[in-house]
Amino acid sequence: MKRVVILGGGVGGTIVANLLAKTSKDADITVVDKTGKHAYQPGFIYVAFDRQRPEKLFRDERNLLRRRVRLVVDEVVQVNTRAKAVYLKSGRFLAYDYLVIAGGARLAPEEVPGHEGAHHFYSPEAALRLREALAAFRGGRVVIAIGGIPYKCPPAPAESACLLDYLFSRRGIRDKVQIHYLSPLGRVFPLETVSPTVQRIFDQKGIQYTTFFNVERVDAEKKVVHSLEGESIPYDLLILIPPHHGAKFAQASGLTDAGGWIPTDKFTLEVKGHEGTVWAIGDITDIPISKAGATAHYEAKVVAENIAALVRGALPAARYDGKVMCFCDAGHHRGIAMRFDYTHPPVPPPLSLKWYLGKVLINRLYWQLVPKARA
Amino acid sequence: MMEEVQVAKAVDARGSFCPGPLMALLGAVRQQSVGDVIALYSSDTGSRTEIPLWVQKAKHELIAVRHHEGYDEFLVRKMR
Repeated sequence: MKRVVILGGGVGGTIVANLLAKTSKDADITVVDKTGKHAYQPGFIYVAFDRQRPEKLFRDERNLLRRRVRLVVDEVVQVNTRAKAVYLKSGRFLAYDYLVIAGGARLAPEEVPGHEGAHHFYSPEAALRLREALAAFRGGRVVIAIGGIPYKCPPAPAESACLLDYLFSRRGIRDKVQIHYLSPLGRVFPLETVSPTVQRIFDQKGIQYTTFFNVERVDAEKKVVHSLEGESIPYDLLILIPPHHGAKFAQASGLTDAGGWIPTDKFTLEVKGHEGTVWAIGDITDIPISKAGATAHYEAKVVAENIAALVRGALPAARYDGKVMCFCDAGHHRGIAMRFDYTHPPVPPPLSLKWYLGKVLINRLYWQLVPKARA
Repeated sequence: MMEEVQVAKAVDARGSFCPGPLMALLGAVRQQSVGDVIALYSSDTGSRTEIPLWVQKAKHELIAVRHHEGYDEFLVRKMR
């Protein structure tokens, strides 16, 4: 029996575990997860817009895993790649032959001075606070800013701008609200080929935007956000995407770069320097593509296939081609879909009802399809 | 004349793609003192337009852009 230990019970870790359980009789599979609850993170934004209840976005990880996968609810403290062991907070340790690190990203709002004056929607708690603030909002300037790159789900901040437009239109106060989007890059949207489309959508909706705005600090008292570039923008309500880093244990294990991300081969998903024994997938890698559930989903299939090959004594041959797919809600029952990989940038997508429905559908079918590796 | 420039911090962003090199430069600008010169190495051709635009917007000084085999070198002086 080969011992496969998977750190993280999110979308990536769960898919690797379930695929291996299905294909590799000779693998002894353990998933370690801090909470034992699996979150559907793309739903958090809808909590802020009062279209989803937070409790609907969590399920017991145990119920999503195949029976022969062991679930350990504990916090990873450190990985020792020499001893091939994972140390847990409870004092236990797990030995492995193959290790998959799918520990995700953590939020670090405290890195932006004055962040107390800002909202975000990257956790259910923060989304609920934003929901309250939006319910009480009667007019003024809503500013959306990005606290650091990379962050999870690159389209989400632009999506929130569109959903704000939709929310205030429905409430009949759109004319009393200015929506101002601050992009850290020289364009409004991170994906270059899609940026003109998003800019057009912003123009149509009357969403203002400023480029090259990298947040330096927030003055919560005066309600002004300041940039590294020397600009200052006043706000009545500020949505600030918090800075992100890789999970703490990876840093504590000496596996990360300066930003807290794990240097990972973009094709094999092996952790550099630990080829053949350690893989990393999802938000925690340093691969320069979208940090998104779909990325983790496609990466998980590659890693599961390659570990299954090693377990049966074959050579691993699967390679990740950088495939990502996502739906974005542009409000007013319109959406866009994007598909891309390392060699094919996304083509500018048309805004349509079809892709909005695609998003609605995946939000509903996620639990049946994705973690159980049926999609 | 360029040889006289004292580089206070060199940032090697070769192999990373947009927005990697810009983010690496931002990190260095945050760390360094006013007057310091930062050298940024980037193999991403997008940097050729993005970096000068950002330097102009942020009111720093682009001292030179040198083209090397497979990468470009941007010398940026932090002005404020």
